Amino acid sequence: MNKSLKISTILSIFAVLLILAGSVLGEKYLDAFQIRLLNMWCIYAIMVVSFNLVYGFTGQFSLAHAGLAAIGAYTVSLLTMAPDNKQLSFFITPPIWPISVVQWPLLPSLILGGLLAAFVGYLIGAPALRLHGDYLLIVTFGFSEIIRLLLTNMPSVCNGAIGLKGIPGYANLTWMVSSLIVCIFVTKRLIDSSYGRALKCIREDEIAAEAVGVNLFRHKMLALVVSSFFVGIAGGLFSNILGTIDPNTFRPYLTYAVVTMAVLGGVRSLTGGVIAAAIYTAMSEVLRGIEAPRLFFNLQFDGLPGLRTLAFAIMLLLLILFARGGLMGSKEFSWGGVISFFQERFNRRKQEDKP
Amino acid sequence: MNILEISHLTMRFGGLVAVSDFNLSLEKGVIYGLIGPNGSGKTTVFNVITGFYKPSEGSITLNGHNVTGLSPDRITVAGMTRIFQNSRVFRELTVLDNVLIGDHLRIKSSPLEAVLRMPAYVRQENAAYEEMMNLLEGLGLVHLINEKAGALPYGLQRKLEVARALSTHPKILLLDEPATGMSAEETTEMISFILNVRKDFDLTILLIEHHMQVVMGICQEIKVLNYGKTIANGSPDHIQNNQEVIEAYLGVD
Repeated sequence: MNKSLKISTILSIFAVLLILAGSVLGEKYLDAFQIRLLNMWCIYAIMVVSFNLVYGFTGQFSLAHAGLAAIGAYTVSLLTMAPDNKQLSFFITPPIWPISVVQWPLLPSLILGGLLAAFVGYLIGAPALRLHGDYLLIVTFGFSEIIRLLLTNMPSVCNGAIGLKGIPGYANLTWMVSSLIVCIFVTKRLIDSSYGRALKCIREDEIAAEAVGVNLFRHKMLALVVSSFFVGIAGGLFSNILGTIDPNTFRPYLTYAVVTMAVLGGVRSLTGGVIAAAIYTAMSEVLRGIEAPRLFFNLQFDGLPGLRTLAFAIMLLLLILFARGGLMGSKEFSWGGVISFFQERFNRRKQEDKP
Repeated sequence: MNILEISHLTMRFGGLVAVSDFNLSLEKGVIYGLIGPNGSGKTTVFNVITGFYKPSEGSITLNGHNVTGLSPDRITVAGMTRIFQNSRVFRELTVLDNVLIGDHLRIKSSPLEAVLRMPAYVRQENAAYEEMMNLLEGLGLVHLINEKAGALPYGLQRKLEVARALSTHPKILLLDEPATGMSAEETTEMISFILNVRKDFDLTILLIEHHMQVVMGICQEIKVLNYGKTIANGSPDHIQNNQEVIEAYLGVD
C-alpha cells in the first residue's frame, strides 16, 4: 500500500510540473481567445471545487458564491491598480485614504482577497450556519446580494455602480493553473483528513455526528471559511482577466453557473467539478450561436441575448431529474484507477490475441 | 461516588410535561433498565441527558462535572454517548470511517496541520487506525471495513453503531432499544454482545428496551415510566410484581 502511495505521489508531482510547463508554453503559443477560455476554466474550476467542499462534502447548501467572489475581486483590483489609474476611475467620489495610495503586487493582493472573503464567509456563517437546508440557502443568498448592494452604495471605497476600470491583468495562465492546483490540493487533503471525515459525517447525519462528538458549528464553519477563501481568490483572478468590474458582474447568475457546473460534474467529486467547469466554459462559447440573429424559413429572428442561460437552466433541470450523481458521482481521479484501467485493456487485448 | 447523578429533571414542551421530576443515580458498572409503555417519555429522557434537548428544570452530573444544558458533542467528549432508536450509521461512509470518526474528538492538530500532514497528525491518525482495527476485530466486524455502512444488514448496523459509540471512549453508554426489530435469535446474540462489551470496556449502561426478556435478563435495576412520571423503581423481581406497573402495561378494569 505504501509503495503504490509513493508511486502515485511521484506521478502527481510529475503531472503538476507538466501542467505548469504546459501553461507557460500555452501562454506563449496559444491565441488570446484560447487563453481566455483556459483562464475561465481554471476560475470556474476553483469555484466549483470550493462549492463542492461545502455542499458535496459537508451537506450545507450555501449560495454566497457571487458575493464572496466580489469581495476577492474588489480587494485584488483596488490593491493592484495604480494610484493614478484609481483617480481616473473614481471621477465622481474620490477614493478614501488607504485605497487612494496603495499599490501591491499580485500575490499578496490575492492572499488578502482570499482572507477577506474568508472573513466575510465567517461573518455570514456565524448566524446562517445555525440554520438548516432551505433556510440556510435563502440566508446565504441574501447575504450575497447584500454584499453586491454594499458595493454599489459605497462610492468612496469601490466606486459604486460605475465599477473599476483598467485593472492590470497580472494574472496569466500560470497563475490561474497554480491557484487551481493549490485549491485542489488543499481541498483534497482536507476532505481526506480527520476533519474531512467529520464533514462527511455531518453530511450523512447531523444528529449522529453530534452524538459521536463532532462540533457541528465549528466544522461547518471550517468548510465555509476554507471554501470562501478560495472563492475570494477565484474572484481576484476573475477581475484580472476581465479588466473591468462593477457590482453587476457578481449578480446571482454567477452563483447559479457554479451550481450548474457542480451538479453537472457530481457534487461529491472534485474531479467531476474540474471536468464540468471545462464543459461549461466550452458550452458557453458553443451556445453563443443560438443567441445570434438568424433567418429561419424566410422569417427574420432577432438575436435573443440570454438564451444560453435558458439552455443551461434546461440542462440543470434534466440533470436533477435524470442524473443526480452528475458525471462522476462520488468517484475521483486516482493514479491507481488509471493504471488498472490500462492494465485491464492490456490484458483483454492479450486474451483476444491468444486463441 | 455515582458516575451519573440526575436530579429533579423535568422537560416541558409548551404545556405538555414529557418528563417530570426524573431522578436517577447510576453506580459505576451497572446495567440499568428504563421501561414504560409507548409515549411514556423514555426517549425524551435520553434526549435530555445527552444534550439534544435542554431540560426545563433539574441537573445532570456526569463523573462529578455538571453537564446540564451542554451540547451533545460536549457531553460525548465528557464520556457519555448513545445509540439511537433507529439505525443512524453514516450510510455512505465505510465501516472503518464510521468508527474512525470517534478519534476526531481527541484530535490535537489544527485543520492546517492536518492538511499539511504534519508528523504529529500522521502519528495520531496511524494510532487511531490501529486502535479502531483492534476495536472492529474484537467486535467481529473487521472483515467489513471497506463496506459501505448503509449496505450492511440491520443487525450488523446496530453492532456498528455500538462500535462507533465505543470509539469515542465512553464511560456511560445509553442504548435506545438495541434489540428492536430483531428475531429471538438475534436478540439473544445482541444480549451477549452487550454484556461482552460492558465487560471489555468497563462500561456503565443505561438501557431502554421493550423486549422484557432482555430487560429482565440483564438489568440489575429498573425504572418504570408512565406519562413522564416514575411509577416504580427496583430489581427486576420487584418490578414484575408491582401492581402499578402491571396496570400501566395491561390497563385496569
